[in-house]
Amino acid sequence: MLDEAILDQAWTLSPSVALRPEPFGALAYHFGNRKLTFLKRPELVAVVRALGEQPDVRSALVAAGVPAAQHGAYADALARLADTDMIRPRETDQGRAVA
Amino acid sequence: MTIAPARPSSPTRPVGGTLVEQFELGLDAPICLTWELTYACNLACAHCLSSSGRRDPRELSTAQAEAVIDELQRMQVFYVNIGGGEPTIRPDFWHLLEYAVGHQVGVKFSTNGVRLTPERAAFLASPACHGYVDVQISLDGATAEVNDYVRGPGSYDMALTALQNLQDAGFDDVKISVVCTRQNIGQLDEFQALADRFGATLRLTRLRPSGRGADVWDELHPLPHQQRELYDWLLAKGDDVLTGDSFFHLSAFGEALPGLNLCGAGRVVCLIDPVGDVYACPFAIHDEFLAGNLLAPGGFQRVWQDSELFTELRSPQTGGACAKCQFYDTCRGGCMAAKFFTGLPLDGPDPECVQGYGEQALSADRTVPAASQDHSRSTPTRNQPVMLTLMSRPPVSACAESPLAGFDPGPTAGCCP
Repeated sequence: MLDEAILDQAWTLSPSVALRPEPFGALAYHFGNRKLTFLKRPELVAVVRALGEQPDVRSALVAAGVPAAQHGAYADALARLADTDMIRPRETDQGRAVA
Repeated sequence: MTIAPARPSSPTRPVGGTLVEQFELGLDAPICLTWELTYACNLACAHCLSSSGRRDPRELSTAQAEAVIDELQRMQVFYVNIGGGEPTIRPDFWHLLEYAVGHQVGVKFSTNGVRLTPERAAFLASPACHGYVDVQISLDGATAEVNDYVRGPGSYDMALTALQNLQDAGFDDVKISVVCTRQNIGQLDEFQALADRFGATLRLTRLRPSGRGADVWDELHPLPHQQRELYDWLLAKGDDVLTGDSFFHLSAFGEALPGLNLCGAGRVVCLIDPVGDVYACPFAIHDEFLAGNLLAPGGFQRVWQDSELFTELRSPQTGGACAKCQFYDTCRGGCMAAKFFTGLPLDGPDPECVQGYGEQALSADRTVPAASQDHSRSTPTRNQPVMLTLMSRPPVSACAESPLAGFDPGPTAGCCP
């Protein structure tokens, strides 16, 4: 599945995005395209925050305590965040990641 | 406070669930914050929701306004909708605009265009604004005849001049903001054509019986068949039209309109007025919906997070008389301000309920609440609308299909070539 390819890639929160904590998770605001997105689970917020510090998406999911069985669903959610540039591929030591 | 409808106790926030369910329980900071910078206005629109005209002498100072922006930045309120009154006639308006943009608080401001000279338009289009400023030009008729009827003589030409100046300066994607009335519902296609002409986005919002709007609501609010017309138009042609999510009461026609279909008052929305008073929503400037003042200890954050009124508005609703209606889940009972200012119970139907329950409620015993403030000028101004003659025909004949129908391109129509 295409979305699951993201699991082995290095991603990060877009530098134009701010996360505002909310009782249900967080609100993500993109200062560039002015899109507002709601992260409806605290776990997803933890994953998004961990992206930049982990070698790949799968490691960020593990670090955030997301069970392996849910990795596919999270890959879908992350792909949707990528659609509006909330998160973006990260340059790595191995060269530019491919989205 | 006893203003809010009766609600059951124990509001526990569910994990997951829909955004509407989450929003009804409130957020740590507003998403949509309106800040009326001044009650002073060069116009005297018949339906002004804030009864504007004269400046309030207690208006926040420049330093106080900067402190508000600092606090909004701390709370991560990413943008504010600035209005009034006419915000641009505050001498420090342009300074505050730059200050906000420089502090990660984007600005969408509403104006009648009075100060949007070519120089100001160039400033708005310049890098100084980081593309982080939205401009909404208020226009309540696609023709001068319809617009000036409620907004006053000359206001149409003023708005079009501003639109022209912004277009000439290369300002991208200005908004034309229209309050939908009985007189202009028939002009929706013309409004769209006008927006297209200026490279603008059309924004349509609902007329509320707030402020001076209470005095003219009976005459201006769309008739039931016009509500249907508006709903059908929005579904057919409204994909790129902004609505401020203000027509959620129309969702009870069937298919829900895009956007948030709930009353956001005190939950995701609020209003800061020129003296720092915080109200539940922009359409509820009345003592009954006053949550506190941001100059008090704790500032805006304390009012938003801890005020008694907002806490109550965020507790679960029972739905009242509307709960048994099959459309309750789509319209959520409609607009709180519209009910309040027409003297209807807050847990009953919206006065413009499209299932007809509003008309029943309006014909029953009710007392329209007295306004708690009025900033109207005591003497008429030369720009005051004169709503003496009701139009006896639709503003534009049904066969006039030209997008510029009714628009006179000659020099008498303003400076738009």
